[in-house]
Amino acid sequence: MNQNRHFNLLARVLHWSMALAITIMLFVGAAMVVSLRYREQLLDLHRPLGLAILLLAIVRLANRLRHAPPPLPADLPRIQVWAAKASHWLLYALMLAMPLIGWGMLSAGAYPVVLFNGVNLPAILPHSPVLYGFLRPLHGVLAYLLFFTVLGHLGAALFHAWVRRDGVFGQMAKGS
Amino acid sequence: MPASRPHRGSLFLLLPIGLLLALVAFGFAWAGGWIGHDGLTPQTMVGTAEASGSPHPGFRRAHSKGICIIGTFAPAPGAAKLSTARVFSQASTPVLGRFSNPGNDPYSPDNKAAVRGMALQLKTDDGQEWRMAMNSFPFFAAATPEGFQAMNAAKLPDPATGKPDPEKMKAVLARHPEIVKFMAWSKNAPVPDSLANTRFNGVNAFRLIDAQGTQRTVRWSMRPHAPFAAANPEQLKSEPKDYLASDLDRRLAAAPLEWDLVMQFAAPGDPIEDPSQPWPDSRQETKAGTLTLTRAEPQAAGACRDLNFDPLILPKGIAGTDDPVLHARSSVYSVSFNRREREISQGKLQNGSPR
Repeated sequence: MNQNRHFNLLARVLHWSMALAITIMLFVGAAMVVSLRYREQLLDLHRPLGLAILLLAIVRLANRLRHAPPPLPADLPRIQVWAAKASHWLLYALMLAMPLIGWGMLSAGAYPVVLFNGVNLPAILPHSPVLYGFLRPLHGVLAYLLFFTVLGHLGAALFHAWVRRDGVFGQMAKGS
Repeated sequence: MPASRPHRGSLFLLLPIGLLLALVAFGFAWAGGWIGHDGLTPQTMVGTAEASGSPHPGFRRAHSKGICIIGTFAPAPGAAKLSTARVFSQASTPVLGRFSNPGNDPYSPDNKAAVRGMALQLKTDDGQEWRMAMNSFPFFAAATPEGFQAMNAAKLPDPATGKPDPEKMKAVLARHPEIVKFMAWSKNAPVPDSLANTRFNGVNAFRLIDAQGTQRTVRWSMRPHAPFAAANPEQLKSEPKDYLASDLDRRLAAAPLEWDLVMQFAAPGDPIEDPSQPWPDSRQETKAGTLTLTRAEPQAAGACRDLNFDPLILPKGIAGTDDPVLHARSSVYSVSFNRREREISQGKLQNGSPR
């Protein structure tokens, strides 16, 4: 066995910075759609943060494909192995899909995709009520799916750290 | 992996893990307004607008009846000194807009519309965009979204009698006395006999930012070149349902229609965050440009129907103020837009009268 026992430094930096960014993003998104007063301010944060998450997710996926992650404990029950793999690929899919759906949905709704005051992103879809009317609710539903997947991920991480004490948490929390 | 079997923790540790996850989930539910929110939400406000009449899938929840309009905007000399927005330096900017009647019926008769709306989208060659949503009233009905919501809720029919409860409205007026002024205006102000001679007011305050970064607080209005003529209330009763659209077509066939965009500057102490209080007419004003409308088309086939004229879509060089009604409009229009575009996406759009 000559495998890494820890995620590499880039993977760890990306994981923890994106954990923070995605958590902020989920709470900002949930709050802004019901806010009468702070929608504009929250949206001004939501769009650039979403683009940042998309770019970081691309770097992260490339790093993940080039550097195999440390192995799971050999004695981990098969159902947990399956849950770990499935949830990780779901997290990757949502990290990439959510910003793209958000960008595409604003494009389809003919909204300017404002990054910063005076700087807009180009539209990636044509103006289409049919597309907007599909993508906008999809963005909301997948946000809840992402939230619950993150919640499950957090629970599993703490289960490894506090109950199983099998070193899985340390693979991401510490260097080798 | 270490060869020795790790020392497992107690399963009782699942308890703090569960508690922590529950705490995060509660925090998220709170942020999303599922629990613990007493405050008014845009969803509630749109719900009240929907309850004011029968449903019309695919149409706006308020100001549902409309006509798309097409034209150009040309800035006045010197307007570029007020704001760096490209619209004030570009010789001509294409305009897509919409005239509207209040209420949630896209087929409502024009002769019952005491208030009219003008919404505009100006896209400049630097990729910036300015959307405006103006109305023919000179000031907003209420000082806050809460007051506006209370007024609209009190207008809904009481389930017991099928009619609005006057006691409810009395209570609302006692709590939000500024609404009395608006009711007097809507009862007494003469209604212009055409869209072409209607003045439209931005009502909310905005900030113009110049090249030095200086900010000026303004309210803007579109003032028609066509002279004001009041509709005869008796004659109005017998006007056909879409007489405003027919009149607009007739006038546009003869010549383009023009409005001046006029900026009114706040003086120190003027109520910037209260759209129910107009600033005195004596405040300094300046003409910032001219809107020229050349064409109108039915909204069912027009490009204006599927645009959200969110008044906080502003170009660089123009910014909103802390006026709570301005922010609420942005939130509420977004909910209305999401609901109606979803209906269109699901194929529920009603066919019928194009106006």
